[in-house]
Amino acid sequence: MGRTFFLCWGLGMASPLVSIENVDMRYGGPSGTLAVSGLNLKINRGEFVAVVGPSGCGKSTLMKLTTGLHIPQTGAVIVANQQVTKPVSIVGMAFQNPTMLPWRTTLENILLPLEIVERHRHRLRAHKAEYVAKAEKLLETVGLKGFGDKFPWQLSGGMQQRANLCRALIHEPELLMLDEPFGALDAFTREELWCVIRDLHASQDVTIVLVTHDLRESVFLADKVVVMSARPGRVVAEHDVPFERPRQLELLYEPAFNEMVQKLHGEIATARAAA
Amino acid sequence: MTTLDTSTPVAVPPKPAFTVNWVRLAPFLYTIGLFVIWEIGVRISGLPHTILPTPTRVFEAIIQYWSPIWKNSLQTLYTTVLGFLIAVVAGLGIGLFIGWSKTIYAGLYPIMVGFNAVPKVALVPILVIWFGIGTVPAVLTAFLISFFPIVVNVATGLATIEPETEDVLRALGAKKMDIMLKVGIPRSMPYFFGSLKVSITLAFVGSVVSETVASNSGLGNMMASAQSNFNVPLVFAGLLMLAFEGIVMYALMAWFEQRMTGWAHRSTMAN
Repeated sequence: MGRTFFLCWGLGMASPLVSIENVDMRYGGPSGTLAVSGLNLKINRGEFVAVVGPSGCGKSTLMKLTTGLHIPQTGAVIVANQQVTKPVSIVGMAFQNPTMLPWRTTLENILLPLEIVERHRHRLRAHKAEYVAKAEKLLETVGLKGFGDKFPWQLSGGMQQRANLCRALIHEPELLMLDEPFGALDAFTREELWCVIRDLHASQDVTIVLVTHDLRESVFLADKVVVMSARPGRVVAEHDVPFERPRQLELLYEPAFNEMVQKLHGEIATARAAA
Repeated sequence: MTTLDTSTPVAVPPKPAFTVNWVRLAPFLYTIGLFVIWEIGVRISGLPHTILPTPTRVFEAIIQYWSPIWKNSLQTLYTTVLGFLIAVVAGLGIGLFIGWSKTIYAGLYPIMVGFNAVPKVALVPILVIWFGIGTVPAVLTAFLISFFPIVVNVATGLATIEPETEDVLRALGAKKMDIMLKVGIPRSMPYFFGSLKVSITLAFVGSVVSETVASNSGLGNMMASAQSNFNVPLVFAGLLMLAFEGIVMYALMAWFEQRMTGWAHRSTMAN
């Protein structure tokens, strides 16, 4: 279905999957904190976008706006050609905290979104085997083959986060939103999971938005890095990442890579200082 | 950090076959120890039976009055368990209702706290006016005193759902009902089963208070009449029976908790 949009020639080009236009979002009433202001961002289908910025710059607000968990006071958020007025069910989300339900096995945890999403929940019981097979395939993709019947508390932090990714992907979302998913992991596990995400993005027809503090992560994974200002957050710069895919971990040690990381670092330092 | 084997996480060193498992035996040894100290203390100090009977005298009383003790113990167990069961149903229902929304929680919580602060013994006369003396006020007092911990625990379980979990599900289009069924209710179950241990103990307090004040049967009534006849060993026999019933019911609830929500214990252990 995703491909058909490329055939729409409204303005002579495909419309972006996510389009955030002049959005203001204020928490806690008219005198509350302005989390983002004048936010503009377009994300194309199939793109991998990383959002970086100083802490408290409204990155998580951006996530919630895009998924329809928050509705902006001014401006518009358009996802898949529709203005967002309620949660959009074409997204999968994963947070730093894996939030696996401890009373369900890993497999049951991964199947949870199917019990919710309208288009799957009525089919689930009758087509259980098909969905289980799909979940097991996903588990294999992230390197957790055979761990489906383990409980989450029997898995390590990195394994839980892998399972969390499977849960975010099981209902074949068009948009995957990741909020610092690797923040709590050790460096080696993190790099392993970068490769898992990289391969998922390459093999599945999915658009990914990754909110992160880790600039190397953003440059390694993304097609486009978006730099946000300090609160109230808005986009100060967008950089296309020039490195060719598929990218290998060796890229992390190349001068061009580090140069880009350094440039981003400088921009964020400026954004912090401006606050 | 993580135990992949499901066997006991504590490394048990190999030990000779004849060692005594002191931890296993401790509850019994300590109880016997308590009775021995009690016996010796009373004998040395020469306190009369009418003040503090020795344990042997109390056990004698249990054998001597076995028929009334047995009958009244069953009556107390019956009122307690019945009141407790009503409390479980009502507490679960009210707890889920309160935990459903922040507004209901905010509105009902102070009322519940105020209600809980009222000593239940003060309600017994009202219950007697309404229902007369006997089984009904005892059951209701047991219910009234034991349902509050259940309500609070269930509501807490619902109120402490991680915001991330809620976000993940809401972004998928989950309704409030979905979140409750898939996350809220299973999540509050360890709290619920944990509260049963507290509740069953309180239920005994309620039924015995009511029986003491307004009943012709039950251990509370038996102890009250024994006391008025200066039959102090029988009063203590009643206390022992209550303690025994309390321990058995508590153990039953603890076992139930372990069976139903063992995952909660194991998952906190793994973290």
